[in-house]
Amino acid sequence: MNTVASHDYLTSLLQSLPKKPTDSVSWLKQLRAEAIDQIGKQKFPSLRDEEWRFTDISPLTKLPYRPSLTVSDLQLTDIDHLFLEEPSNRLVFVNGHYAPQLSNIIDANLIIGNLPVLMADHSSSIQMHLGQYAQYQDNFFTTQNTAFLQDGAFISIARNTSVPSPIHLLNIATQPEVTNYMRCLLVADTGSDVTLIEDYVSLQESAYITNAVTEISLAPNAQARHYRVQRENKNAFHLANCTVALAHASRYQSVNVALGAQISRLNLDVRLNDEAAECCIDGLTLITDNQLSDTHTCIDHLKPNGNSQQQHKCIIDGSAHAVFNGKIMVRPQAQQTNSSQSSRNLLLSSQAHIDTKPQLEIFADDVKCAHGATVGQLDSEELFYLQSRGLSMNEARNLLTYAFGAEIINRISVSSLRQRLEQAVLNQTQQIQDR
Amino acid sequence: MINKNSKTILDVRELHANIHGTEILKGINLTVRSGEIHAIMGLNGSGKSTLAKVLAGHSDYEVTGGSVKLDDQDILELVPEERARAGVFLAFQYPIEIPGVANSQFLRLAYNTVQSQRGKEELDPLEFDDFVREKMKLLEMNPDFLDRSVNEGFSGGEKKRNEILQMALLEPKLSILDETDSGLDIDALKIVANGVNQITNENNATILVTHYQRLLDYIVPDYVHVMEAGRIIKTGGKELALQLETHGYDWVSSGNQTNAGVTT
Repeated sequence: MNTVASHDYLTSLLQSLPKKPTDSVSWLKQLRAEAIDQIGKQKFPSLRDEEWRFTDISPLTKLPYRPSLTVSDLQLTDIDHLFLEEPSNRLVFVNGHYAPQLSNIIDANLIIGNLPVLMADHSSSIQMHLGQYAQYQDNFFTTQNTAFLQDGAFISIARNTSVPSPIHLLNIATQPEVTNYMRCLLVADTGSDVTLIEDYVSLQESAYITNAVTEISLAPNAQARHYRVQRENKNAFHLANCTVALAHASRYQSVNVALGAQISRLNLDVRLNDEAAECCIDGLTLITDNQLSDTHTCIDHLKPNGNSQQQHKCIIDGSAHAVFNGKIMVRPQAQQTNSSQSSRNLLLSSQAHIDTKPQLEIFADDVKCAHGATVGQLDSEELFYLQSRGLSMNEARNLLTYAFGAEIINRISVSSLRQRLEQAVLNQTQQIQDR
Repeated sequence: MINKNSKTILDVRELHANIHGTEILKGINLTVRSGEIHAIMGLNGSGKSTLAKVLAGHSDYEVTGGSVKLDDQDILELVPEERARAGVFLAFQYPIEIPGVANSQFLRLAYNTVQSQRGKEELDPLEFDDFVREKMKLLEMNPDFLDRSVNEGFSGGEKKRNEILQMALLEPKLSILDETDSGLDIDALKIVANGVNQITNENNATILVTHYQRLLDYIVPDYVHVMEAGRIIKTGGKELALQLETHGYDWVSSGNQTNAGVTT
């Protein structure tokens, strides 16, 4: 049954593959051709795959959604409520297609825009990086994304440049029953500094699929803050792969917030490729009803003196199901690695479900690695404390639930985004409690 | 201060309470009038902290008999937040930490919730900021406390000062201070005691639950009650605390004196 469904899905997928555009640069054509070949050889992931054993994505096989082809007629006034309040460099993609009329770049000396346009002048630097980090050989959805690669964001930060305003990559879904392919490549040269916000939103309520691949390369001493916000509609499917490559003494901070989608999966791979690289990766999943949200992270320490910190939190209500799999690799050469990981989970109903799995693979002997996982409900002593200060049981529950999530959101440095997310958490916790 | 004509704020009669089926309070009688400060002393396990929690309405404890009246209103049927709004305040022995919520937000939320329930005006963030900063001076608190998460990373002394700050903001009729002196060095103890002394007046009342006499050097009680095995076994004036300090709890122990309460 499953096999047949997958077969239909693949057939339909192959039929919907775009004709290879003739104006494509030949290396890109080749990258896509290889991915297209690869699709035929790959199996649709199922619960039998170790990497997918908690996450049933079989509903996806019934949805042979083709890529969206339409050009957007969205106006600025339709979407300005989604903009940051701070000055920002805004790149807007609608259903995976770049919308220059909705975008706005304010910082000079920034190479930023969509791939097809920038390909004209920057083909060689794009070639050096595109598809080099997000390896598709063993990842079905990355392969698919690469095969359909036509549009996407390219951001390149010059050596020793600090980008004053955050870059807001706003991905908007407006069409039902399509697959939106999003691609983002961020290349930060030596000593540069940048803040990137990846924002996924829906302007309609029907089902669709987002397939997003992000690649980030930080050169020596570069710094990036990367905030990823997934707030798609509750019928959507969100499949994302993000790969980060860290060079010597570079620093990567990320906050991943998952609120939306019926089924979502984020694979985040961070490779500390050289000495003294640092990463701090935090996540918040806030889901209810029948949502399923899966976060798979892998922090790979390859060289000495690396530092990684990770805190992942889930707030789960209704019959929702969250999955966290946090892998930490410490390779034989990676002596003096300092790593900590914590997974904290709050279950708000008896049907809520979490699978959390720390996975440490340590091959070096002189390292410091700490990890812990907790699953629990709101603490009755904490509730009593707040009640004794006059708060009702509901208010006390809301405040504690909110606080649990706010601890992660507070790590976002862009204040309007932080406030908006705090409000989103507050709204959702109130919805949860008011039933 | 003792004034026999003051009105009764708290009246506890034959109070019995269980936790998980075990009886902890075995018939407490206690009358507290406005303007008075009462100390409840006793060894660990005597039931004094349980009494504090039962008065505040902790749901782990089941009241099996007796009555508790605040200003002639029976409060045993009230949930904790209703008791708080009616004027009961419990300063916790171990205040909880709430990472992710700024102290200023929390204090304003508690203040405005209680204010609105009492039919008084709520304060907006700016008005509240002025108001709370004034109160913080009572406790020699650094204004930085407002921006930090509630109690997170606070030292023992800072947490206790934050409790007394809440007492100052909420203006309770009856404050119950549960082991407020524990974990405090002498300087912090003096600051906390000074704060409490400035908040107490002829219209409110305070119960100090404490193991040691030390706190009572700085907050002088009008009455001292000694608890043992869920009962008040002796009641006296402030000199009783000093006698306990000298002779130890054995001196009053084993039910040889069962004068309970201070009713006249």
